[in-house]
Amino acid sequence: MLNSSLLVATNIDKNFPGVKALSQVNFTLQAGQIHALLGENGAGKSTLIKCLTGAYRRDGGDILLLGKNINPKDTLDAQKLGIGTVYQEVNLLGNLSVAENMMIGRQPMRWGMINVKEMNRYSKALLSQYGLEIDTSLLLSSYSIGVQQIIAIARAVDLSGKVLILDEPTASLDSAEVKMLFGILRKLKDRGLGIVFISHFLDQVFDISDQITVLRNGQLIESVATDEIDSIDLVTMMLGYELGEENKTKHYNHSQGEPLLSFTDFGKRQKINPFNLNIAKGEVVGIAGLLGSGRTETAETLFGVTAHDSGVAKLQDKVIDLSTPRAAIANRFGFCPEDRKNDGIIGDLSVRENIILALQAQRGWAKPLPLSEQKKLCEHYIKALDIRPTDPEKPIRLLSGGNQQKVILARWLATNPQFLILDEPTRGIDVGAHAEIIRLIESLCDKGMSLLVISSELDELVAYSHRVIVVREHQHVAEIIGADISTDNIINAIAANSVEPEYVLKGAI
Amino acid sequence: MQFKKLLIGSAILASTSLMATSAFALTVGFSQIGSESGWRAAETAVTLKEAKERGITLKFADAQQKQENQIKALRSFIAQGVDAILVAPVVATGWDSVLKEVQEAKIPLILLDRTIDAPDSLYLTAVTADFIHEGNIAGDWLVNAVGNKECKVVELQGTTGSAPAIERKKGFEQSIAKGANIKIIRSQTADFTRTKGKEVMESFLKAENGGKDICALYAHNDDMAVGAIQSIKEAGLKPGTDILVISIDAVPDIFTALEAGEANATVELTPNMAGPAFDALEAFLKDGTLPPKWIQSPSRLYTQADDAKAIYNQKKGLGY
Amino acid sequence: MNSLKRLAPQLITLAVIILLNYLVFPDFFNIKIANGKFYGSLIDVLNRGAPVALLAIGMTLVIATKGIDLSVGAMMAICGAVAASTVDSGGSVYLALSLALLAGVICGAWNGVLVAFLNIQPIISTLILMVAGRGIAQLITKGAILTFTDPGLIFIGSGSVFSIPTPILIWIFAGISVTFIVRKTALGMLIEAIGINQRASSFSGINARVLLIMVYVVSGLCAAMAGTIAAADIRGADANNSGLWLELDAILAVVIGGTSLLGGRFTLIGSLIGAMIIQSINTGILLSGFPPEFNLIIKAAIIVIVLIIQSPALKAHYQTYRDTKKPPEPAPAPSSRTTS
Repeated sequence: MLNSSLLVATNIDKNFPGVKALSQVNFTLQAGQIHALLGENGAGKSTLIKCLTGAYRRDGGDILLLGKNINPKDTLDAQKLGIGTVYQEVNLLGNLSVAENMMIGRQPMRWGMINVKEMNRYSKALLSQYGLEIDTSLLLSSYSIGVQQIIAIARAVDLSGKVLILDEPTASLDSAEVKMLFGILRKLKDRGLGIVFISHFLDQVFDISDQITVLRNGQLIESVATDEIDSIDLVTMMLGYELGEENKTKHYNHSQGEPLLSFTDFGKRQKINPFNLNIAKGEVVGIAGLLGSGRTETAETLFGVTAHDSGVAKLQDKVIDLSTPRAAIANRFGFCPEDRKNDGIIGDLSVRENIILALQAQRGWAKPLPLSEQKKLCEHYIKALDIRPTDPEKPIRLLSGGNQQKVILARWLATNPQFLILDEPTRGIDVGAHAEIIRLIESLCDKGMSLLVISSELDELVAYSHRVIVVREHQHVAEIIGADISTDNIINAIAANSVEPEYVLKGAI
Repeated sequence: MQFKKLLIGSAILASTSLMATSAFALTVGFSQIGSESGWRAAETAVTLKEAKERGITLKFADAQQKQENQIKALRSFIAQGVDAILVAPVVATGWDSVLKEVQEAKIPLILLDRTIDAPDSLYLTAVTADFIHEGNIAGDWLVNAVGNKECKVVELQGTTGSAPAIERKKGFEQSIAKGANIKIIRSQTADFTRTKGKEVMESFLKAENGGKDICALYAHNDDMAVGAIQSIKEAGLKPGTDILVISIDAVPDIFTALEAGEANATVELTPNMAGPAFDALEAFLKDGTLPPKWIQSPSRLYTQADDAKAIYNQKKGLGY
Repeated sequence: MNSLKRLAPQLITLAVIILLNYLVFPDFFNIKIANGKFYGSLIDVLNRGAPVALLAIGMTLVIATKGIDLSVGAMMAICGAVAASTVDSGGSVYLALSLALLAGVICGAWNGVLVAFLNIQPIISTLILMVAGRGIAQLITKGAILTFTDPGLIFIGSGSVFSIPTPILIWIFAGISVTFIVRKTALGMLIEAIGINQRASSFSGINARVLLIMVYVVSGLCAAMAGTIAAADIRGADANNSGLWLELDAILAVVIGGTSLLGGRFTLIGSLIGAMIIQSINTGILLSGFPPEFNLIIKAAIIVIVLIIQSPALKAHYQTYRDTKKPPEPAPAPSSRTTS
């Protein structure tokens, strides 16, 4: 190779109590290279990154940076050596200004005081190299996640300057922002930086990376140049088996009987404009729309997280109260929220306790579920949903994202709901779990459960929805039914310019 | 209109009180610390009583433990043109400027029961008890009571570092140093409270052979003694007989113990600081007699020989 | 047993401190019967530790919900004053106890409503009663120490059953019954859930408000028991000094006991051991005969050592030290704390 090896890790080992997280992993990053690190959740990507940046102490192996043995004590140390990291959740402080965020810990001083002017100027100049012309004296939180991401990258590059590690940088970006980010990454690459890129989005990986390294179960599977591999092979490497026909479209005969649930003029000011929605027994209604369009707001209004202020909800012609989650649950609703970490899991509680939580809350504190029954339930769902690890007494925060999602699904299934709302059920989870969750959605509706599923993965929506509602600017703008459901139609509806409701009330109301 | 009337009215009021600088119609402002203890409530009650008996109009201000409230009260006393001011200062420092204002208004000011860190030219006099003297009296009583016998004493100190704790300890030690037969074998703080008095005494009793080695208890206040008496009883000993109990303050509850023979002696910290203060004030206003800068309030010894029941009832009436 | 292993650092700490007490005072373990009840320094620890132990029970539940209750000391003063003034004005001891407990419930409900319904931060909510509570207690006692002679009420403080001092029985009974209630019902888990993630808990249908009010009421009840014991002990309600600064000892007991101030997993037994650790230190200092000027320094130094021994950072170091397969070092207690 022409490029010199920038960062070489050989035979990296890392053990956690009871688990071999990394075993003899090799990883080589060249200068001026974008190197994608792939694998299912739990494959060891994050662990490897953390060993490289000193967040974890490795148990074995060597790390060479520019031929010199390094041993970073912590991330700060790694930063000084030249290795900077930007995480999926931007690790900056929203309540400080952009400039303060960029200069924190190294603020320019004048007369013993922070020179705010110089700080703002320096950070502004720095960001303009990234094509970002913004007022750096404003609060970080006043900018979008995409801009914050770039600020974080600019800061990391400015501080370290040799290796840049990006952990799921595009997870919360829209396509324009992704494009902008990739432009920046290419520029940084031309400057000779080595970039490690972790992503679940295979098309992005093919788009941006030069080299791909795949990990599975803590072991190195293969490292290949991107142009020497196709996506089928890649997925096979990641999963260890062929994806097969999991994602086959499965349409159904739209035999809409009596609606199970009907929502009339249902809405909440500033969140979602009043909408009408009927859901039949065993029906899957998909909701599509961009981030912030009002899809999550629809779900939260239905579940009583934000109480609706207009309209009525009826369950088989009986008016029902949906003003709080408790009230919704009493009507046998369930809700898997989008923000799993903050709204879903109870991190320190065990898998068992997380599974029985909603059921127990429903029974009331005075009627505890007998431990034997708890164990039976857990055993059932751990098996049925293939939750790993299988130990029900493990704190849920130690599980991977996909398994956490399955636990939360189990939590609701345990309450035997008749209507389940899933907000981005497959976000941030690995391909294997992805397929399982899709399969689960299909089998639930086969059993007669009604589902409302929100997803950005349009092909997923196409796969399982009987009906897709498109949301735009806090309004339900289109409804696509049956054979019309296709990614093209959904994209067209999302992208349509007119705000006028082209509400095709086919079958609704 | 209304406002103007009010102004005139208050001006008249002010001038009359200014003119009335004779002995018979005095108006005196009294800035009290608060009501954090029974003793202080009694001091307030006695001060009101003394004023009433002398025909003095007393303007009372409760500072609720805050110096800023006291300073405000003093300024308002100046504005009202009182003839004299009594202050029980909540802290020792930070008084100079407001006392200068009082002086410029030519109002005599007397400190009650506590002194301050300020030039004594800023006030007429201070009426306080002498804590060392109190300790002396308590010690002298014990010296007389035990004669030549060996006597091991345990001591319950007040809050560590407070003036009464330091000085009451010092005074007591001075007195018992006269003979070699009385020794303090254990000394620990009980924060002037009953709960701690009981707890600390419990440990003393255990540490000294179940209390058999202890001849007397000296407590820096009655509350600690009352608590300690209970733990002596619970240890199966007779307070007042097996262990002599001497304390200071003379609050009502110790008289119950005296009557029951469970306490032996208490030295009074009189709540009547106002009496001597008014005496000095009246003499000063009458013919300009300057009192000494410090007037020591009397410290009286009460023992089982006194009519404890009567004193209890009389004291209880004062709001202890 | 798993929980025994989890409490090992606390138990070892308690044993070491009691051993230190024995070293400064060899008669520490002597127990005899005086006036019909057990009598000795060890009994003193259990007896004197009663108020902090009771407060620690309520405080543990409050802290588990990510809250804190600064008003427990003031509530002690209020409830003690209520009990004393009831018997003082001729009420029976049963009425006095009922009213004192009722006062505790009211105070706790007040705190709970501020936290649960008005969403005021617990430290501020309970600060209100911490400041105002002593004033209320003083109004009840009219500024003086309200003494009483009712033998029934005095029994609560210095009586005994089967030769065991009443306060010891009360805190052990309260500790066992609260532990039993929270662990045999779902209460414990639900409390932990809202302490770890209140938002996710309410998404799961947990009625966080009711639970929050409940834990503050339990804290109030515990303070009421502690306040009644404190008043009965000295046969008088001392509005100024009853329970003064005990809220800090109670919080310390919870922390030493192994419950995180960040909420979530809690251990009541640990907190009770924590309370006994604190009282052992106090009693040890009194027995040692050091000059009182050193009391606070000695106490602080011991507590710092206890907390260092229990710190997760030290545990991690110990773990890596052991993993390197060197012969196990004898000194630091293997703190197998943290959640399991």
